[in-house]
Amino acid sequence: MTSAQKHISTDTRKPEAVLEDIWKTYTMGAEKVHALAGVSLVFERGSFWAILGTSGSGKSTLLNLLGCLDRPTSGRYLLRGNDISFMDDDALSEIRLRNIGFIFQSFNLIQQSTVEENIELPLYYQGIDAAESRNRARKLATMVGLEERLNHRPMELSGGQQQRVAIARSLANDPGLLLADEPTGNLDSQTSAEIMRLLCKLNDQGKTIIMVTHEPDIAAFAHKRLYMKDGAIERLEG
Amino acid sequence: MIFTKYLREIKLGIKNLMQHKLRSSLTMLGMVFGIGSVIAMLAVGEGASKQALDEIRKLGSNNIIITAQKPADEQNQQNTRIRMSIYGLLYEDVQRVSQGFLNVLKVVPVKIVRKEARLGERVMDMRILGTTPDWFELVRRPLIAGRTLSRYDLENFCNVVVLTEHGARRLLATRSTVGQTIKLGSDYFEVIGVVRSENSQGGGLQSPDQQIDAYVPLNVAKATFGDVFTMSSAGSRTRELVELHQIIAEVDDTANVESTAAGIESMLKIFHKKKDYTISVPLALLRQAESTKRTFNIVLGSIAGISLLVGGIGIMNIMLASVTERTREIGIRRAIGAKRRQIIIQFLIETVVLSTTGGLIGIAIGIFIPWLITTMAKMPTVVTPSSVILSLGISSGIGIIFGLYPAIRAASLDPIIALRHE
Repeated sequence: MTSAQKHISTDTRKPEAVLEDIWKTYTMGAEKVHALAGVSLVFERGSFWAILGTSGSGKSTLLNLLGCLDRPTSGRYLLRGNDISFMDDDALSEIRLRNIGFIFQSFNLIQQSTVEENIELPLYYQGIDAAESRNRARKLATMVGLEERLNHRPMELSGGQQQRVAIARSLANDPGLLLADEPTGNLDSQTSAEIMRLLCKLNDQGKTIIMVTHEPDIAAFAHKRLYMKDGAIERLEG
Repeated sequence: MIFTKYLREIKLGIKNLMQHKLRSSLTMLGMVFGIGSVIAMLAVGEGASKQALDEIRKLGSNNIIITAQKPADEQNQQNTRIRMSIYGLLYEDVQRVSQGFLNVLKVVPVKIVRKEARLGERVMDMRILGTTPDWFELVRRPLIAGRTLSRYDLENFCNVVVLTEHGARRLLATRSTVGQTIKLGSDYFEVIGVVRSENSQGGGLQSPDQQIDAYVPLNVAKATFGDVFTMSSAGSRTRELVELHQIIAEVDDTANVESTAAGIESMLKIFHKKKDYTISVPLALLRQAESTKRTFNIVLGSIAGISLLVGGIGIMNIMLASVTERTREIGIRRAIGAKRRQIIIQFLIETVVLSTTGGLIGIAIGIFIPWLITTMAKMPTVVTPSSVILSLGISSGIGIIFGLYPAIRAASLDPIIALRHE
């Protein structure tokens, strides 16, 4: 039994993520800035969310909190029923490692590593042995259609291909929750559509997806759309 | 094993270092030269001091050597007129030393005469040492042929001589050695044995024996050659009366050597009006040589420490630059779920791989240079295993010490900020 399994229950009746009156406050000089001002939300399992808003609306802060990269100043964050609001850095790392997959706008692949090594990265930190990791990485690469590119470096791939590697990597630990920060921001419209179709397919397979975007046509792929303004929920669609 | 536990991390570290081959090798140079020079310097120093210590040990560490010396004021008058200088150790001194000191086990008197040795047409200048059988126990040299002097030879005034290997070669050449009769001065002596001699060329210390020695019984030497020696030089003749040229005393225990030497010195002062002798204690020289060696090691250690410090700072500098350069990578790893500890280990292993590889290359160079010195300059060098093991330990240690700060800095980066880093 790993430490993560101690923290996270596998109770399937619980929602994926629950936010209860979340505040995130930064002190800038003498002034206090509320990046999030009392956000309460329930993300059901298998739902597909798009978070929209102008820059500074708090959507990135919200995503970082959901991704356990940051802790709220106050409020409660329950991931599958487990309060992780005040866990220490190691525990949060463990949750990211086991339960969450990240997809970024700029792909964030390790440039000096091959496609295969990038996909294997979460498995490496889980301590899974090399043969098993390679096996899983190949399956995932095949799933995203990059089985021919396993030994290429990210630089040698197109933007769309790089994002598919990033998606394969985010799936390596088989997380329940996928977080995507402007996943199509660096891609042309045709490639964007391909990536969105891939995300929809993953959502159909039961993954909860929360995506930050500012493009309405990308947001249209999601089932629910959350509009943020000044750190608070402006409105909810769907 | 730590090695197998971190095998993947080590592989990853090597791979990352290989991405920047030039940078990594330049960084390693500090360690290479540091460790290389330390081992090479220690090897040269060790070789030199071993040579010195060996030479002192040949004198015998339990021995006290008293040598006759012409007093300084008499040396000045040497050429003015024909006169007799009387100085040196007396036959009585032997009794005084052997009976007056409980700690003295054996006393060997030595009378030295320079004479020409002859065998047929072969001629050789020799240093004839009139002594007792105990000489061969105090100045231990391997016996090559025959036997050494015995009590019987002394009691019966036998005209026998023990040659050194060198003397035997020069004088006897290919003829059978033992049993030959050679002429020393104007008298005939039978060769009864051959011993090896120490070739004390170089080094400041004179061992009691020389290559041109011929050993005869003391009383035979006294009877044959007398106590008075006439030395002719341009325009003047000097006559000297010396009973004994050297007395070697063996002390029972190393701990008593210096106190006994002091006792002998004060005793001789009473009986000798002039200071016509010197006392040398090989053990004191040995101690001195050892303390010189210690000082030398401290100096070397400091130089080594400084050069390794510089090497370590070089590594730290590069690792800090590397952390800044790889901020984004660190952010990615942290976002994916790497713990702080894992980031620390990753960077620490890189520095340790770097410094240890540098250390290993340094060790190779540090072994090669002394070998080169020994081969080319014929200087003795000794690469001690301890210096190699220590260097390896130090180089890994430096990797850990100087890698820790950059690694901790890498691990303490906020993943959100690190991910935004361009």
